[in-house]
Amino acid sequence: MTLRNPPLREVHAERDAKFTEFGGWDMPVEFDSIRAEHAAVREAAGVFDVSHMGEIEVAGPDATALLNRLTTNDVTALSPGDAQYAAITREDGVMLDDTVVYRLPDEERTDETLGTVPAYLFIPNAGHDAEMHERWVDHRDQWGLDCEVRNVTEDWAMFAVQGPEAPDLVASAVDDGGPDVLELPKFSATFAPFAGVECWVARTGYTGEDGFEVLCPWADAEAVWALFADDATPCGLGARDTLRIEQGFLLSGQDFHPEEEPRTPYEADIGFAVDLDAEFVGRDALAAQAEAGVEETFVGIELLDRGVPRHGYDVTNEDGHVVGTVTSGTMSPSLDKPIALGYLPVDLTDPGTEVSVVVRGREKRAKVVSVPFE
Amino acid sequence: MSFDVPEDLRYRESHEWIDPETGRVGISEFAQDELGDVVFVELPGEGDAVEAGGEFGVVESIKAVSDLYAPVSGEVVAVNEALFDAPELVNDDPFGDGWMLELDFDEGELDDLLSADEYRDQIA
Repeated sequence: MTLRNPPLREVHAERDAKFTEFGGWDMPVEFDSIRAEHAAVREAAGVFDVSHMGEIEVAGPDATALLNRLTTNDVTALSPGDAQYAAITREDGVMLDDTVVYRLPDEERTDETLGTVPAYLFIPNAGHDAEMHERWVDHRDQWGLDCEVRNVTEDWAMFAVQGPEAPDLVASAVDDGGPDVLELPKFSATFAPFAGVECWVARTGYTGEDGFEVLCPWADAEAVWALFADDATPCGLGARDTLRIEQGFLLSGQDFHPEEEPRTPYEADIGFAVDLDAEFVGRDALAAQAEAGVEETFVGIELLDRGVPRHGYDVTNEDGHVVGTVTSGTMSPSLDKPIALGYLPVDLTDPGTEVSVVVRGREKRAKVVSVPFE
Repeated sequence: MSFDVPEDLRYRESHEWIDPETGRVGISEFAQDELGDVVFVELPGEGDAVEAGGEFGVVESIKAVSDLYAPVSGEVVAVNEALFDAPELVNDDPFGDGWMLELDFDEGELDDLLSADEYRDQIA
């Protein structure tokens, strides 16, 4: 399979980055050291090229209705410049992906009599953009809704600048005359000029740190990246993974997957992203689950014995029976201890519950902990 | 990027080295760089037997798990226990403080291993 290249593939290669396949993209996994990159984000600032993330634009009179019927959260609550985390579920409530929906400034349609119409940008995970574009178009047509749906994944590069020093760094990189992005509350966004280029800058991220995600036109990626890469540590997907695991954040395709790890938002512990008052695909199944309760839920697990938990390792109870599986695991660089995420039966999810993780055939003592890991 | 490949060591294609003088075994600078930050090492105990080409342990980095293969057969006479608390020594000094085992071994098997030049060609 031919891998898709991010716009700065060669720029990263010149910096001696190591690459990995992720969601069909050839992405930098490590520039120098995952441990050092991880520490930079926790203690100073790191910049990630996350141009493998998808971008879908939806605009038109019925854009709000379409988003509201295909994501689990209530899109009608968004004003221009607001961002919202949501899941995308199928009819049985199982998650196909998770996403951030941005409401863009309303679009002016001077060539028509429509005036202004709502416009949105949402961010499917790497490799999901074509599937989500098709899903949106099919449902739009099936429901007879009036809006345009465009897959603009290869129009937009995306960089995440994260860490305690990231806000000031991004604010100082905005061109003179641009908005003060430090005034943006969490989960809000605006257009701002960087290196003479109009970018979409959002106070969002996936590391647990303060910071921004900056979307810039693909063709201008190098100039915008250079604004950050000198003052923030360039980081690869390896550090992004350890950072998000420490926070207990889901990785699409690994912590949930429609075939291999079919999970609902309630099981995945992101019930806050579900608004049952909205009429979305999967809503009835989720309402029934909210009523009945889940049988298994997503938890943090800390190993007490030496070893590193990895995706796919069994979790056993005190009797040695397999009760769950590690969906993500690592040696936490910040905490210097082995940590894991996975699903367990609800009667085993109280913090402190003793379980074991089977590491290469050997049971290692572990306990359930709440996330973020401490 | 060029990696240090000491002349006086012999190498296995799977990136372990052995010092014919001391019987010390470790992994190469190239291997530790490929793995990235080493966070865990599992090694046999003193007195255990290892077999040429057989697995003798595991080295784990943040991103990967790799089996370790014995370059020669022999008996483990020393284990670098410092790695249990400081596995990063494998990254910092793979041919020195990052050594893993010391073997009492049969020198006849050294001929099956790569010279420094041959190993350098392999990782080029």
